[in-house]
Order: sequence, then C-alpha cells, then structure tokens
Amino acid sequence: MGLAFAPADYQQGNSFRIMYIHVPAAILAQSCYMSMSVAGAVVLIWRIKLAEMVLKCIAPFGASVTFLALVTGGIWGYPTWGTWWVWDARSTSMLILLFLYFGVIALQAAIANPSGAARAGALLALVGVVNIPIIKYSVEWWNTLHQPATFTLTEKPAMPVEMWLPLLIMVLAFYLIFTVVLIMRTRNEILVREHKTNWVRKLVEASGSTNSSNTGTPAGHNGSGQ
Amino acid sequence: MYWYSIKTMIGRELLIAARYPAEVLNPLVFFLMVVTLFPLGISPEPEFLAKIAGPVIWIAALLAMMLSLDSLFKNDFDDGSLAQLLITPSPLAVLILVKVLTHWFTTVFPIILLAPLLGAMLQLPAEGYRALLLTLLLGTPIISLIGAIGAALTVGLHRGGVLLSLIVLPLFIPILVFGTGAIEAATLAMQYNGQLAMLSAMLLIALLVTPIATAAALKISINN
Repeated sequence: MGLAFAPADYQQGNSFRIMYIHVPAAILAQSCYMSMSVAGAVVLIWRIKLAEMVLKCIAPFGASVTFLALVTGGIWGYPTWGTWWVWDARSTSMLILLFLYFGVIALQAAIANPSGAARAGALLALVGVVNIPIIKYSVEWWNTLHQPATFTLTEKPAMPVEMWLPLLIMVLAFYLIFTVVLIMRTRNEILVREHKTNWVRKLVEASGSTNSSNTGTPAGHNGSGQ
Repeated sequence: MYWYSIKTMIGRELLIAARYPAEVLNPLVFFLMVVTLFPLGISPEPEFLAKIAGPVIWIAALLAMMLSLDSLFKNDFDDGSLAQLLITPSPLAVLILVKVLTHWFTTVFPIILLAPLLGAMLQLPAEGYRALLLTLLLGTPIISLIGAIGAALTVGLHRGGVLLSLIVLPLFIPILVFGTGAIEAATLAMQYNGQLAMLSAMLLIALLVTPIATAAALKISINN
C-alpha cells in the first residue's frame, strides 16, 4: 500500500514508510479507547449485554494497537532521531494510554462473574476517559518544562499528495480491520457467553455435521477463535 | 439533613483508626523507608539530593498511600458493614466522601506532617518547603478520592492489592506532574500559583465526581 507507492522522503529516505503503520495505529489506539468508553457508558446506563461483550473484546485489541504504535515509533525513531525512546509528550501519553488499557484488561480478568467484570471495566474505562485529556495536557506541560522539545513529529514539512493519500487509505484500512476483528471477536464472545443456550448448541451441531473437517472456519466454535 | 449519619461515620472511622494504630503507622514507616532508599541507591551528594528531594518525597508518599488505600473498604467488606452502608437511607456518595476524607486524615495527614523532616534529610532548599506542604495538602486528597474508585472496584478480589495499583497509578500522573512541578518552580524562586490552581481545580472536581463513581463501583463489587 503506502509501502510500495509513496515516494521516498527527501530527508528520511525509505525509513519514513513505517509512518503508514505508525500513524494509523496511533490514531486507532485513541479511537479504540473512545469506543471502549462509549460501550462502557452503554453497559452502565442501559445494561445491554452485547455492549458488555463489545467492551471486553475492544480492550485487548486497543492495547495491542497501542503497543504497535509504540514499537513502530521506536523503530522509526532510531534512524531518524538516533534513539529508541524519547520522553516527549506524545510518546509518554501513548505509554500511559497503554497502562490504562492494561488496567481495564487486568480488572476484567480478575473478576469471575462476566457481567460484573464488564461493569467494573466499564466504570474504569469511563474514569480513564475523563482523565485522558487531563493526562495529555499535564504531560505536555511537564515536557515543555523539563526539556524543550528538540524534535517533534509535527514539525515536518507538509506532505505531498502521493504521501498523504496512502496514509489516509491506511487509516481507513486500520479502521476496517478494527471493525472486522471486533465483529469476529464479539461473535466468538457471544458464543462463549451463551454456550449453554439451545441455539448455540444447535449451531455447533449443525456446523459440526456439515464441515467437521474444515479447520479454517472463522471465530471458533468452541472459543478458540483467537 | 444527614448530619447524624455523617457524624456517626466520622466517629466510627476515627475509632477504628485509634484501635488499629498499625494501619496508620505502617504506611508511615514505609514512606520513611522508601525515601531512605534513594540516597542509598543513587547518590548521597547534597546538590544531587536537593534536586530530587521534591519528586522523591512525592513518589514515596504516593506509594505509601497505595498501601493504605488497599484497606479503605477491605475490612468493612470482610465484616459485612460495607453491605450495611449500601442499604442505609442516607445518600451513599455523601457517606463515601466522608469516609474517604476521614481515611485521608488518619492515614495520609501523618505522612504530610513527616514530609518536611524528610525534606530536611534530602537537603530540600528552604524555598521548597511551603510548596511541598501545599502541593501535598492539595494533591493527596485527590489521590485518596480517585484511589477510592479503584479500591471499590477491587474490594472483593483476592489479589486486589497489585491490581489496585495497576488500575489507578496511571490516573495519578497529572497530580504528580503538577505537584513536583510546583516544588521545582519554588526552588528556582519562580511563581507556582498556576500549579496550585490546577491542583485545586482537580481537587474540586474530584470532590464532586469521584464519590458518585465510588458508590457505583461499590454497588458493582457487592453484586459480584
């Protein structure tokens, strides 16, 4: 995609191409948290069971995308800035976002009752989303106080069309991946959560009799879709 | 009004604190020990210590508070009085606010009183003491109030302690940033009203919002 078609940057050469992974991942990492807290609000206000499952499924995906953004940032930072990690405002707030995801995942994992786990996670996600702007601004303030930013991602020259169009496509593609993965994981979660009901049993029996030899069916029959 | 239940709550919390002095003393000793580790582990050089004194005291106070937060609702949960609290006719958020502030007074206030002494041991410059005390007085109640949400969410769990730290520590970062920022500004003889104003604003918001969230979290935990 952007890896193949975009021209090389005149300053950074080909290493900038990791941007096509890094930037969409970073954007998606924040959107994931927002959608997780929206699902959390739905859980707490309307107590919709499906929202509980969506909430549970977003958290690990969001954490992995945040991790991807941090890792690609480090890989990109090494040839351009000469270091794997800089305590600048953006990297630090991404790291804290990762910690917030870990908190939600760990809390959900610790509570045995699935509905209670989802509601506890929902509350924590909402507390986190209130805190995210405060954390972001405090970290930016802290950064400007301690070390004047020597290099920021925003200081780059404006991108030509051949560069930002693939980026836009990649961002859209990341959102689509997120949607597909979320739907698949939620479908799996519904089956796991409802495994005692009749309709799931019928579904498993039906699919087991028709394509029992087919191992490539998506989003597992027995909770092993991931 | 609910003065009677508020008074009962304060009296009960103070009585429990008086009966179990270890709950108050242990975080205090922990605070002292963590601060001692820094000169031993990094460097006892006075100029260096003066630079890190404020942040070290803040981080040590934060960690000591994490220890005491774990017990905020735990004993009440174990002996069943938490369930009784949830069914009282008085508004739950108000009672929780009173409980958290009383807990802050019994466990955190001694830490703040000890902080200037540790500042002296860490060669904190004379201009820093006022900022240290003011930021701790404004900042630690926010930590107690936000931490109460985490304590309420983890109250029924076996491995609650580590989990509690994991879920609430990221939320404390702004308070730490503004607290230590004010102390640093003070030692450089600069104005630090801005940081104090930010901490005060966060404290007011926390006073209004967090008791409601804590009440909701307790209801979730009790039903688990």
